[in-house]
Amino acid sequence: MGFFAGLWLLIWTVIKILMIVVPLLLCVAYLTYAERKVIGAIQVRKGPNRVGFAGLLQPIADVLKLLTKEVLVPTNSNRFLFLIAPILSLAPAFAAWAVIPFSDTKVLADVNAGLLYVLALTSLGVYGVIIAGWASNSKYAFLGAMRSAAQIVAYEIAMGFALVGVLMVGGSLNLGDIVRAQEGSIFHWFWLPLFPLFIVYFISGVAETNRAPFDVAEGESEIVAGFHVDYSGMAFALFFLAEYANMIMIAALAVIMFLGGWLSPVPFIPDGIGWFCAKTAFMLFFFLWFRATFPRYRYDQIMRLGWKVFIPVTIVWLTVEAVAILLEISPWFDLRAA
Amino acid sequence: MDFKLFVFWLFALILIGAAVGVITTRNPVQAALFLVLAFFNSAIIWMLMEAEFLSITLVLVYVGAVMVLFLFVVMMLDINLLPQREGFTKYLPWGGLVGAAIVVQMIILIRVKWGSTEDYPAPVPKEAGYSNTEELGLAIYTDYLFQFEVAAMILLVAIIAAIALTMRRRPDTKYQTPGEQVQVKKEDRLRVVSMEAEK
Repeated sequence: MGFFAGLWLLIWTVIKILMIVVPLLLCVAYLTYAERKVIGAIQVRKGPNRVGFAGLLQPIADVLKLLTKEVLVPTNSNRFLFLIAPILSLAPAFAAWAVIPFSDTKVLADVNAGLLYVLALTSLGVYGVIIAGWASNSKYAFLGAMRSAAQIVAYEIAMGFALVGVLMVGGSLNLGDIVRAQEGSIFHWFWLPLFPLFIVYFISGVAETNRAPFDVAEGESEIVAGFHVDYSGMAFALFFLAEYANMIMIAALAVIMFLGGWLSPVPFIPDGIGWFCAKTAFMLFFFLWFRATFPRYRYDQIMRLGWKVFIPVTIVWLTVEAVAILLEISPWFDLRAA
Repeated sequence: MDFKLFVFWLFALILIGAAVGVITTRNPVQAALFLVLAFFNSAIIWMLMEAEFLSITLVLVYVGAVMVLFLFVVMMLDINLLPQREGFTKYLPWGGLVGAAIVVQMIILIRVKWGSTEDYPAPVPKEAGYSNTEELGLAIYTDYLFQFEVAAMILLVAIIAAIALTMRRRPDTKYQTPGEQVQVKKEDRLRVVSMEAEK
């Protein structure tokens, strides 16, 4: 490869990355708006409605506010770790998007081990939380970090097992191939044969992103704001961004692995990226709905759900699946052949 | 210099730096974070050798789970930092001896020809469709099935032993049994009394 060909490849890749990151940032901004509007509607009030038409400029105003605020560093905190923690929590949330297939051809890196890569990166997000909690030199932040660490280890195992089930019927670690294995109609998607795993995956996803009702790492009523209690201004905004980017990520992964990605639900309408976005938005709605509906779990209830309910459920369903594949029982065997 | 070689040197140097950091830093939490960095860099070096499954699994298992638990424990400990340094000179010769033994063993094991890389040609790049996850799976579940099952059994025994060693029954703790909670009927909790209206 010549120098200019190499340079062109670099520039083209950077452009493609920007084409993913910029819409993602916009989605994050308007997800916060959607969250306030949806929760407002559920609680029979209006939500933001003053900045711009119907409050549409509210996220922009929030960003400007956070940008102009001062970033405080607490006394006796570890300055380097304190400042790097928000970046450590944001970077994996964005990096995981590299392997997400938006449509049959639109994917930044079509790697073989895409599923593993995504799992590895989502598991790295917890470091931002732990380091932030420890480096802040505050008891509340520290408690939040400890809770988050234990919670994420518990739910990651259930999540990993749920994805093993997808891997067994999909027959590949490549996310594009997993979607292609679901070709057909809405009844060929993996949510039907893998229904328990779908539920376990999505609830574990809610727990992994520290969203309500699993938000004990923040727990406003007990530990103020948990791990980010000492963060202000842009440093706080990065945590916020990471949380919402992770939510979109979990929703997109649920769509790819259980809801047929870019595939259309009925055979006569063409497939396309529009389906992917619509399904992701549908899954995101559940995040908002959960937050407005369920009270926060107590800590021991979270641990019990993760270790004693989800992990046994996934193991049982993996066994069922393995037997079905071995005995060539439809629909599992059909899916594998596809 | 070849770009791949440059990447190798870059991450190898960071890896060595992080490994030195693990044993020299005084703060145990920082030592654990250095270890995380070391794991991450060795994963990148494995990736350069086209071992993508092992590389990502290293990040997933060690960085994503094991080190999180490590940090969890280390952060909870209230370690007094000063007395740790006391035995440093006393144990230095022994540490050096063990270190030297490990280095000699590794050199014998891989039979390094000093200053020459002829014996170790770069791996031939595989074509794009090659999946080393599949190859690894085939090898484990056919040729090495017995060893694999033995390892799995040892791990299972270790898990059960660890649980048995740490489990304590504390009869005075109040805890709920969710099974009973779910089955509670209205009659168990509520008594409806019909009484005359007060005037």
